[in-house]
Amino acid sequence: MVNLSKHFWYKLLGLYCGQVFEKSSLQVKNFGIWLRYESRSGTHNMYREYRDLTTAGAVTQCYRDMGARHRACAHSIQIMKVEEIAASQCCRPVVKVLRCLYKPRFTTQRPNTFF
Amino acid sequence: METQDKKEYVNHFFQVFKRYVEIGRVAYISFGPHAGKLVAIVDVIDQNRALVDGPCSGVRRQAMPFKCMQLTDFVLKFPHSARQKHVRVAWEKENINEKWTGTRWAKKIEAREKKAKMTDFDRYKVMKAKKMRNRIIKHEVKKLQKQSSKKFNIHFVSVFVL
Repeated sequence: MVNLSKHFWYKLLGLYCGQVFEKSSLQVKNFGIWLRYESRSGTHNMYREYRDLTTAGAVTQCYRDMGARHRACAHSIQIMKVEEIAASQCCRPVVKVLRCLYKPRFTTQRPNTFF
Repeated sequence: METQDKKEYVNHFFQVFKRYVEIGRVAYISFGPHAGKLVAIVDVIDQNRALVDGPCSGVRRQAMPFKCMQLTDFVLKFPHSARQKHVRVAWEKENINEKWTGTRWAKKIEAREKKAKMTDFDRYKVMKAKKMRNRIIKHEVKKLQKQSSKKFNIHFVSVFVL
């Protein structure tokens, strides 16, 4: 699945525009996604984390998640960077819980939302 | 989504869940393209999906939602994200296929399938067999009733039919 939001930039800058295949689609990875989106009042930068098998899958999750949580439409989202991150570098508690199944981490502190 | 450690903390007087989603848990797929097959949970992707592999049941390694999985009693031993080869070795070592066909669950499924495939002749055979069986049972019940009525001189005796 092609990352549609990058299509415009690729055409403009003459970059590679084709389907990117995942190297190891049978391993679960943690993805950090940097994005920029326009809300009703302004435009914001965001960093979000997702757990998926492929980059395309994680980006799809991101679009759906943004639509659900912030009512952001696909045309108002610009994905700036997608990076596969190591389990130790994950910040978001949702992703952190799942990365180590053998040591459940239960906390009494509210998660930190500013990084 | 429980782990080995958490199981030990569960109060044994009141354990709500007996089967947990864990690495190596064998699950039965209840619906979807691979319905009816067994898979092993290799890794957990997120709250709704698991990375699942069924080398000995013809299911390719893929993401599968927990909703279509039903956990069985079998757990295999392999590290998370283990390759298919290791999953297959663990599966064959535990002999899951044979163990599964011996469970009541699998037998019930088989019986259901057989019943659905019955022809009219099969139904006739079943009817005849049931009739014969019930006749034998009734005969024995009547004998016992007569015996007890003779013994205790009671007119109405209730006997529980097996």
